[in-house]
Formats: sequence, C-alpha cells, structure tokens
Amino acid sequence: MIGATLELIIAALLVLGGIFGLIGSYGLLRLKDAMQRLHAPTKASTVGLGAVLIASAIAGDSWREVLVTLFIFLTAPLTALYLAKTLIHSHINPADVPPAANGAKWAAQPPVAQKD
Amino acid sequence: MIRKIFPHPYLSLTLGILWMLLVNKLAVGSFVMATILAIAIPHISAAYWPERPRLVRPMALLGYIGLVLHDVVVSSITVAKIILFMPPAQIKSAFITVPIDLPSPEAITLLAGTITMTPGTLTVDIAEGGRSLLIHSLHAPDPVSIRDDIKSRYEARLKRIFA
Repeated sequence: MIGATLELIIAALLVLGGIFGLIGSYGLLRLKDAMQRLHAPTKASTVGLGAVLIASAIAGDSWREVLVTLFIFLTAPLTALYLAKTLIHSHINPADVPPAANGAKWAAQPPVAQKD
Repeated sequence: MIRKIFPHPYLSLTLGILWMLLVNKLAVGSFVMATILAIAIPHISAAYWPERPRLVRPMALLGYIGLVLHDVVVSSITVAKIILFMPPAQIKSAFITVPIDLPSPEAITLLAGTITMTPGTLTVDIAEGGRSLLIHSLHAPDPVSIRDDIKSRYEARLKRIFA
C-alpha cells in the first residue's frame, strides 16, 4: 500500500506529464513551418514523458523505466535526424542553409545540377 | 586474458545491466544469464565492431549525463514558453553551422544526440568528412552565441571524455 504523500507526488507528476504532452501537441498546430514543428513534439514532450516515467517507477516500485528512458534517448534523436534530413534534402531551398566549415558539403543536400 | 573474454568491456557492461533491468528483479539466476549474454554477444558481433571507443575518463561520462538531463528540463520549459506565449511572427528560427573537432565517431554521435535532446536545437545534418554539424534552432536571436554555447558546454566536455 502506498502512502497518501506518495500518491500525491505520483498524481502531480502525471498531471505535469499531461501538461507538457499537451504543450508539445499544441506546438504542432501553432508553429509555422515544418522545421519549427519538428521541435515541438521531440522537445516539450521529453519532460512530459520523463514525468510520467518517474511516476510509473514510483507507483510500480520498478527499475524498468530506466530502460524506457534509455531507449527514448537512443531513438528520439534518430527519428528527428531522419525527418530533418528528408526536409533539407527535398523541401528546403539550399540557399537558406549555411555552408559547412572548410567548404565541405552537407550529407543530405542534393547534388547541384550540372549545367553544360 | 580479460581482454580475450571481454573484447568490448563497455558493451558487456551495458548488456549485463540491460538484462538485469529487463528481468527487473535481483536474483542469482538472472545474474548468471546476464553474465552469459555479456560474454556471448560481444563475441558473436565482434566482426562488426573492429574498433572500440577509447574513453579516457569514463567517470566523467556520468557527470555529462547529469548535465544533459538538467539541460533537457531547463530548456523544455523555455520551449514550452515559446510555444505558448510568443507570437509566431516573432519566433526567429535559424540554421547554424557548428564546426566540430572531436576525434571519434562515438563522440560526434553523442554530441549530435545531445543537441537534439536539449530542446530548442536540433541536429539536421553532418558535413562530408564529419567536420561540421548543421543544427536548427527554434528561436535564435543570436546564432553565434548558440554555436559557442554548444562548443563550450558540450563539445569541450566530450573532448575530455573521449580520446
């Protein structure tokens, strides 16, 4: 049986998680272009997810949530990276992207069409 | 001898801890299974991992994880404020080039992941040759300070951890 204080903490964490999740989704609606919208769900929701995981760890008295956190931290940057790569490959004007150092080219940028 | 049994000590350690967390209880049986997996998997997959990351200060990695967790919380709140209260016309997003001089691929991967997980910035691409990262910042009134922040806060620490 868990104490009343502990239940209060769990409830507070769940509410916090819900609020941040909601803000992340609201950001999807509110922000203007695709690059900005990519920030909302990957970011504001990170803390929301963390709060829910801590609540779950306390309630279930378990360590498995550490694993969930680990896998989130492994996979979330990769999804964001692939979405961003797709965007700059096909949807963003190459002139809007700053050049890399030492005149190198960005990996996902389409090759410049040769004129001859 | 130890090298023969554990060709990738960090991988073995990670696998062992992972298994214990999956089982979710401390028992001798699951510890034996964790040890078997920690020895077997690095051997089976050795062909795909010809080199191992060289950590100079493995303990500093714990401090780095703490720093990143702290930054994730602080900057999540910043992004939440931008989403809720800033008029969309005022949000100044920008692409920023961050030149990097980290030696190992593992360190660069970690830096790129850190940039994405700390809200407000997002790793978009890496340059050929791996000498610079392209990042996108949600609200960057001063792109130069964001670039310098990343270099001094994260890259400098990673440089000390990885050889």
